[in-house]
Amino acid sequence: MTTVLQTKLAEAKAEGRAALIGYMPAGFPDLGSSTKVIQAMVEGGCDAIEVGLPYSDPMMDGPTIQKAADRALEAGTTPSDVLRIVAATAETGAAALVMSYWNPIERYGAQRFCADLAAAGGTGVITPDLLPEEAQEWRVATDAAGLDRIFLVAPSSTDERLRSTTEACRGFVYAASLMGVTGTRTQVSDAAEKLVSRTRAVTAESRLPICVGLGISTGAQAAEVASYADGVIAGAGFCQRILDAPDLETGLSAVRSFAEELALGVRSGRAG
Amino acid sequence: MTSASSASTSADGGGHYGRYGGRFSPEAIVAALDEVAVEWEKAKNDPGFQAELRELLSSYTGRPSPLTEAKNFGRSCGGARVFLKREDLNHTGSHKINNVLGQALLAKRMGKTRVIAETGAGQHGVATATACALLGLDCVVYMGEEDTRRQALNVARMRMLGGEVVPVTIGSRTLKDAVNEAFRDWVANVEHTHYLFGTAAGPHPFPTLVRDLHHVIGEEARAQVLELTGRLPDAVAACVGGGSNAIGIFGAFIADPEVRLYGFEAGGDGVGTGRHAASITGGSPGVFQGARTYVMQDEHGQTVPSHSISAGLDYPAVGPEHAALADSGRATYAPVTDAEAMEAFRLLCRTEGIIPAIESAHALAGARTIGEELGPEAVILVNLSGRGDKDVDTAAAYFGLVDGQGEQS
Repeated sequence: MTTVLQTKLAEAKAEGRAALIGYMPAGFPDLGSSTKVIQAMVEGGCDAIEVGLPYSDPMMDGPTIQKAADRALEAGTTPSDVLRIVAATAETGAAALVMSYWNPIERYGAQRFCADLAAAGGTGVITPDLLPEEAQEWRVATDAAGLDRIFLVAPSSTDERLRSTTEACRGFVYAASLMGVTGTRTQVSDAAEKLVSRTRAVTAESRLPICVGLGISTGAQAAEVASYADGVIAGAGFCQRILDAPDLETGLSAVRSFAEELALGVRSGRAG
Repeated sequence: MTSASSASTSADGGGHYGRYGGRFSPEAIVAALDEVAVEWEKAKNDPGFQAELRELLSSYTGRPSPLTEAKNFGRSCGGARVFLKREDLNHTGSHKINNVLGQALLAKRMGKTRVIAETGAGQHGVATATACALLGLDCVVYMGEEDTRRQALNVARMRMLGGEVVPVTIGSRTLKDAVNEAFRDWVANVEHTHYLFGTAAGPHPFPTLVRDLHHVIGEEARAQVLELTGRLPDAVAACVGGGSNAIGIFGAFIADPEVRLYGFEAGGDGVGTGRHAASITGGSPGVFQGARTYVMQDEHGQTVPSHSISAGLDYPAVGPEHAALADSGRATYAPVTDAEAMEAFRLLCRTEGIIPAIESAHALAGARTIGEELGPEAVILVNLSGRGDKDVDTAAAYFGLVDGQGEQS
């Protein structure tokens, strides 16, 4: 079975470009505005949206996403709200993914979470603190619901781990561009291209798409990453624009233009 | 009788204690965690490393720490014989130095030049800054802003020792947030930095590594009790936050079924009030900061803020080996309220001339209950994990000893 995510990645590839994936915590800046923000990201050109499940202890996130997730939690966002926002995201036509730390999923019940996510139109889940070796139950649950299952690789991953982790993935593998947490950076680390090429070497047969995230915050950076990766992931840049905006309308328009800038980037990466 | 050096409950290769433990961490630090695990296995079996560690523990820390019979205090423990394992007399004032010296030597062995740590009460941070000063390592300590206020003296001590103290201003601004920040730092600087984790929790191999380095507490205490009484204790009591001092003293007795093991959690205002830090009594199994264990969480898996008068126990989870010992019934965990702990704190000061850490006062309060239950024939071993100098401000305010307010009765 081909998922919406897999279709989106294949379409981008057929167009000779990288896919654009945007991250936004559900319930940010509040429960009512959350879907409007996501709508603006899709209008601006995101092919897929990672809907973040806000968590009290986001170990992999820098200050911007921490702040956004805190706001979402203060707004009372629950896993049911996340599923509702996923459903609204799927209706925009973009592939709807969930990005979640492991404990909220375990608490909800992995199997039930996958079933409910699939029913809401979700297509896959990214789990930044779940390693494949602890994911036996998760593999069964995602398989049963037909969801893509995305783990991370990092510049520090050994070749052996690149192989075992990509074998455990479906949809794509999330390549962390640098050693660090989420947040905007002024330039893309050299480590990103090297990691992608090492990951390509172990996925020659499966041809698993490789999407790169962490630190990508300009159209030029998106273009650079799009020259070697199958997808470009941006998150903190979107959150920052909402945090900086004096009102929602200004925020939405800033988010839309940022998505447009990145969308242009992923289309120019392989020019010439 | 089984050997004192036999390991306590064993973990599998992935660091699982039954269904608990394991590794739930960003992929980026997996290589570093593996390096720590492999190097520790080598160092454990390296006579040169062990000799260096033993030498530091004896000439620098002052080990073996004495075992003191608390005859006066014992009268308020149902007349039982109470023996205090005096970790408070270690250099830097608590058991924390045992783990810190071991991991700091390990950091040097791995070629790391920078050490980071989290701290709650400041004892682990002080011990880390101390070891880094001694061994020439750069030191950064993350500490919740709330805790930097509660433990201002320890902040000054760390800075005096050359450590950089970074107040953490996100989340609940306590120990758990300091741990999150330390992990974020580690992910970015792992090449030259060792995360000197302070308790027997977190992702594999930390629970096992920290347990191994504190095993010396129980090993010594077991021999000392045998020497003084000719038999094993009926009960061993320790306070449990993350659980490093408790696992250190329990380890030598786990294979002796006749020795009851008691871990006393911070009951705060009472577990029923929700304002507590008793993860086993008042929490539920989940995944938190790297391991599956008991964690204080709401129905959606969000961490619930903990509360304790003791900064060192103010943590919403517990080490995974304790979670397994609780489920198997080999050890018993019970809450001690702030009020009960402070009463035991005052009692030890007045009857024995020893000012305990408020953390350790939880174990003392627990010993009173055990003593009442077991009676005057009983021998109770209490891990006095730290001294209370750092807590004098808190205690003075609690008992109204400042500005001539007079003492509450």
